[in-house]
Amino acid sequence: MAILGPNGAGKSVLFRTLRNVIPHTGTITWEKDIKINYIPQRFTIDRDFPLTVSEFLRFKTKNQHTILSALRSVGITDEHHITHRLLNQRLGWLSGGQIQRILIAWAIIDEPDVILFDEPTSGIDVGGEETIYHLIKNLKDEKDLTILLISHDLHVVYKYATTVLCLNKDMICYGPPADALDPTALKKLYGEAAFFTHKHNHTK
Amino acid sequence: MSFQFILQLIIGGVIGIGAGYVGSFMILRRMALVGDALSHVALPGIALALIFNFNPFIGAFAALFIAVVGIWTLERKTSLPSEALVGIFFTTSLALGILLTPDAELLEALFGNISSVTLLDLYITLPIVTLLIIALKLISKPLTLSTISKDLTQSMKVPVNAINFIFLLMVAVIVALGIKITGTLLMGALVIIPAAAARNVSRTFSSFTFMSALLGGIAAVSGIIISQFFGFAPGPIIVLSGSILFLLSFLFKQ
Repeated sequence: MAILGPNGAGKSVLFRTLRNVIPHTGTITWEKDIKINYIPQRFTIDRDFPLTVSEFLRFKTKNQHTILSALRSVGITDEHHITHRLLNQRLGWLSGGQIQRILIAWAIIDEPDVILFDEPTSGIDVGGEETIYHLIKNLKDEKDLTILLISHDLHVVYKYATTVLCLNKDMICYGPPADALDPTALKKLYGEAAFFTHKHNHTK
Repeated sequence: MSFQFILQLIIGGVIGIGAGYVGSFMILRRMALVGDALSHVALPGIALALIFNFNPFIGAFAALFIAVVGIWTLERKTSLPSEALVGIFFTTSLALGILLTPDAELLEALFGNISSVTLLDLYITLPIVTLLIIALKLISKPLTLSTISKDLTQSMKVPVNAINFIFLLMVAVIVALGIKITGTLLMGALVIIPAAAARNVSRTFSSFTFMSALLGGIAAVSGIIISQFFGFAPGPIIVLSGSILFLLSFLFKQ
């Protein structure tokens, strides 16, 4: 499911509420014993923070096989590269896209049922974006995961989401993207200007 | 070598190791200045201990404990940089401490005096530092994670606030212990300098924390030896050895 909405619409707040880290009213019903992992929007680490990729992943598990299989799932398959370079690399030295992959690997290591992604591609170039979404899609199919994804990108929502929730303080629309994202909903969501941008995307 | 001197070396070394280890986490959490200012808070506590005649370690720790609760509350209540408040609060307590401390003891309270250590100090220091290192090792995982990203830590169902508080208490303990050897003015340096040097020479987290502890120990022991040899006050020399180690660490920068 994708969550769509302009800046300040309350998307991240919704995630925080779902993770039960801020006070809220109303009730959230998760399945019993469900395991939810979360990948934050902003993850920055100093370049010289003394922590290697291996040490970071080992916070979750000491099992090397589990680590390797999680890395395979995020498309890092060259075992020689992993053991000789990547794992001994400082986390802060990796590029934005690489860090994102490692974070996703970190999130799937302990086999969650649900992963919350808060704009997984902020700070990644266009080519990289597509790869990350592709990866998330594969993970979902492969591991029977429920994915909740915050996104700004209508194109991504159309292409990958089965359901979309549009938020602008209130719920604007909910349903399969093709039905839910009608012109009225989009107008309410972004105003006229963005609506035309959307059209432009489609004629391209 | 006299028994007294060996005692100084052991106590100094143990505190140096503990301070270096605690310091490694402080530097990652960008608490270097807090650590430095925090050590000043101990002074009014020591002053009260001297006036009312109880163990200065207890006085220092009590004052630090209050300060730590203060910082912890600030950290949670505001997302503002607490540095200004910390600066004001801590220099105020330094000023108070200077006024309260009896003149005869002021110099020792400010700059430490390891030559006056006794066997009792060893019995206090060794078990406390050992426990401290073990406990810190146990919470090091969530502590490090919460340094990188609060979000990631929260999703691991770790009581982040409790861990932060325990860590601050550990800082208070090591600072209270270290005041004996470097004094309230310089104790911050013994926590921060070895960690800064270790950060230069390490790539992995495990080598960073290990090097920080090791360099803390080396700074303390070499400082005590040098000061004994030349007849200087040990506190400043310990800090200076730390500074030299820090400069040397640039040669091995990772």
